[in-house]
Amino acid sequence: MGGMKYAIASRNHPVYWAFVLHRASGLALAVFVPVHLYTLSLAVREAARFDAFLEWTENPLVKGGEALLVLLLAGHLAGGLRLLALEFLEWRDWQKSIVAITLGIAAACGLLFLMNAP
Amino acid sequence: MSGREPPEPELVVEIWRGRESGEFVPYRVARRENQTVLDVVSHVQRRIDPTLSYRFACRVGMCGSCAMTVNGIPRWTCRTRVDRVAGNGRVRIGPLRNMPVIRDLAVDMAPFFDKWQRATGRFVPSDADNRRTFARVPPGSRERQAADAGIECIGCGVCYAACDVVAWNSDYLGPAALNRVWTLVNDSRDGARREHLAAAAGDAGCHQCHSHQACMSYCPKGLNPTAAIAGLKRETVKSLLRGEL
Repeated sequence: MGGMKYAIASRNHPVYWAFVLHRASGLALAVFVPVHLYTLSLAVREAARFDAFLEWTENPLVKGGEALLVLLLAGHLAGGLRLLALEFLEWRDWQKSIVAITLGIAAACGLLFLMNAP
Repeated sequence: MSGREPPEPELVVEIWRGRESGEFVPYRVARRENQTVLDVVSHVQRRIDPTLSYRFACRVGMCGSCAMTVNGIPRWTCRTRVDRVAGNGRVRIGPLRNMPVIRDLAVDMAPFFDKWQRATGRFVPSDADNRRTFARVPPGSRERQAADAGIECIGCGVCYAACDVVAWNSDYLGPAALNRVWTLVNDSRDGARREHLAAAAGDAGCHQCHSHQACMSYCPKGLNPTAAIAGLKRETVKSLLRGEL
């Protein structure tokens, strides 16, 4: 009953986008964690392959990908804390500002990671 | 309409015709100053197509019966001026989301109000005396202010139509019913606090809410059902920890 423009219209507000980012980052992390654990397991099972993998991660493109992961992880953590605060502390009227703060925390974590990248 | 009248600016209004399946039909309506969306719908029904079905009563933002989806956003149409929503000279008007369409712009609000009952959204006097004497409630008390914050709901269904959780889970009680329960939980004269909290804590209750805050964004009365639901989340958890639920 209506095109995409109208479907998005009522959802186009900052707190809804915060929800979308939280859900998307959660799904992305759910995919990442098994890959991460599998890769770590190589350290004990196949050290040579693990070393080769570590070398590959020095690639700037992979570093960029890692920064994105850090961004997602920090965003998901900050977004989760935002929701806990919303549900367990007194209501605050500055919800959009709280969303902005969570995004700021995520961006700061991603930038810190990039600044410390070799 | 005589042919001698000067040409007037026009508005193209697309109105949903049909039931669950149907289509948006365009109509051309003269654009006037201070015209509301409800004025436009009434014009179409009275002058162009009398078979158009819609619902309204008070026309002044009190009764809550004229809510529709305007350009994708649920609104009370009697207090929504065309100037505010028709930047490009077009307006698309559909029925509210999340409720069965009876016909055209009229939806069946029975499921919406049934949920107020399921949520125990009715006042229960705390004792028999309350029916005979005035309760003394300090207007400035914290509980009364919390109750007053949500009391002006007109039951228009805008929050319910805006809520994605209602769309995802048709059992979910929804923002309006839960806002009503929160009002009663804070009402010192109400004697069914435990029942209210138990109803709100159920599978279809407050803990389903994802805090998208669409309800508070679009409530035409400026109420905040998200805050009410967050309050219910806190109180139900506290009651559970105290062993009261």
